[in-house]
Amino acid sequence: MSTNVLFDAPGPRARLRNNALTLLSVAVLLFIAYLVISTLGEKGQLDAAKWEPFLRGDTWTGFILPGLVGTLQAAVVAAVLAVIFGVLFGLGRLSDHRVIRMVCGGVVEFFRAIPLLILIFFVQAGPATLSGYTMSVPAFWAVVIGLTLYNGSVLAEIVRAGILAVPKGQSEAAYAIGLRKSQVMRLVLVPQATTAMMPAIVSQMVVLLKDTALGWIIAYEDLLNAGLKQFAVNYGNLIPSAIVLALIYVLINLALGALAHRLERRSRRSRTSAAGPVAAPPAVGAGGAGTGATATL
Amino acid sequence: MDTSALFDFSPLVQELDKILLGFWATIRLTLTSAVIALVLGTILVAMRVAPTPVLRWAGAAYVNVVRNTPLTLVLILCALGLSDTMQLTFSGDPTTNYFWWAVAGLSVYTATFVCEALRSGINTVSMGQAEAARAIGLTFTQTLRLVVLPQAFRSVISPLGSILIALAKNTTIVIVASYLDAAAQMKQMFDDYGGTIPIFLGFAFGYMVLTLPTGFLFGWLAKRLAVAR
Repeated sequence: MSTNVLFDAPGPRARLRNNALTLLSVAVLLFIAYLVISTLGEKGQLDAAKWEPFLRGDTWTGFILPGLVGTLQAAVVAAVLAVIFGVLFGLGRLSDHRVIRMVCGGVVEFFRAIPLLILIFFVQAGPATLSGYTMSVPAFWAVVIGLTLYNGSVLAEIVRAGILAVPKGQSEAAYAIGLRKSQVMRLVLVPQATTAMMPAIVSQMVVLLKDTALGWIIAYEDLLNAGLKQFAVNYGNLIPSAIVLALIYVLINLALGALAHRLERRSRRSRTSAAGPVAAPPAVGAGGAGTGATATL
Repeated sequence: MDTSALFDFSPLVQELDKILLGFWATIRLTLTSAVIALVLGTILVAMRVAPTPVLRWAGAAYVNVVRNTPLTLVLILCALGLSDTMQLTFSGDPTTNYFWWAVAGLSVYTATFVCEALRSGINTVSMGQAEAARAIGLTFTQTLRLVVLPQAFRSVISPLGSILIALAKNTTIVIVASYLDAAAQMKQMFDDYGGTIPIFLGFAFGYMVLTLPTGFLFGWLAKRLAVAR
């Protein structure tokens, strides 16, 4: 095993104990697996009829792939908009003008402090009421705008942290050779900060992609809706469908997570940036002593 | 344009008792799930750092699968799948049943984040600390109890606070598990009164009353208890 702060290298007795623990844990895990499978079997969830539709092409072309396209569309549009929002408000929070700083800070902290779902509800219902029921926001845009405002605010914090992670000497040197404020930002700080914040941005994309599933609640035609409402109702196989859909989400997110991990390793080694990788921001106010431990739910 | 949609705060007053009930449901869901998630997360992190490869593998598999599944799907699987389809129920009373399934979904999901926070907390303790502890003759439990865990615990206060706040915000999603919380109450009021700005701001304020003080409390604790390195 890898060296670990908790355990010394095992001696003969510890090895024996570890082997016993291995046997015991295998037994317990097998027992849990048996319980799960037998319960599923008893309730008829493992019947071939419930799983067979996944072997047919029309299930994938008719429901799952269109749903996946819906999910990815919302995720990509929201991701692009959120990055733009994040850069604007992240730089805004670093502005020399007090008013811009405060407005940007207020917006970012507000959207980070409230649940995404009530934001989506409001984006969907608000404009209709305010316009006297003459306009309505399609579910797609309600999801995208909600995701943009929330994830954009998180990205703004990442951008700010990324810029602040560039050592002060860099901007001092840039000012010393006579660059203007905008040039220092554009030529020195942003390029280095980008390397530092890429891993955190990609990790946030996992959060964004998972949150597209909120589209289920407001009936947006995403993967969840296509797979669980339209498809599963036809075959009465909600549980098998949920398992298959979960696997699809997990695979995409694992790929994104692996990308974030690689970018982080690269950023740590990078000689083109003086800043180390930045972590995801803590919840409003909770940022105490920096630990590198992050929570991106 | 209807100005009442901009400035009319009266629906919040009229429905105050229902709104408070909604937030009370949010608080109960949050606290119950937080306790269970903390216990589950601790078990998971014990598995992930265990000297046994099988346990490490099982812990990692659980964390990677559950953390990467949308919470919405987890809650749907709990409420519509396990409860409604498979008829596995906590209680004959639907409200109690859905409450506990919502708590189950929130807990198994949040536990993965608790596990990862605790694990990175353990990783912040440097090898030298444990080596020094062993060198002066402390036993395994003494090393853990006196040296490693106190430092690890102090460094995870802030991340755990962030997770608690995220959990409070995530409770809104229990709407898919047929349990009514503050977000469901807001949706109901949007249907009754229209989607007005005052109603939205009222609920946003309610959530901020829950999340901001929690954040500042944990930030203060984390600073106060920070390990000097």
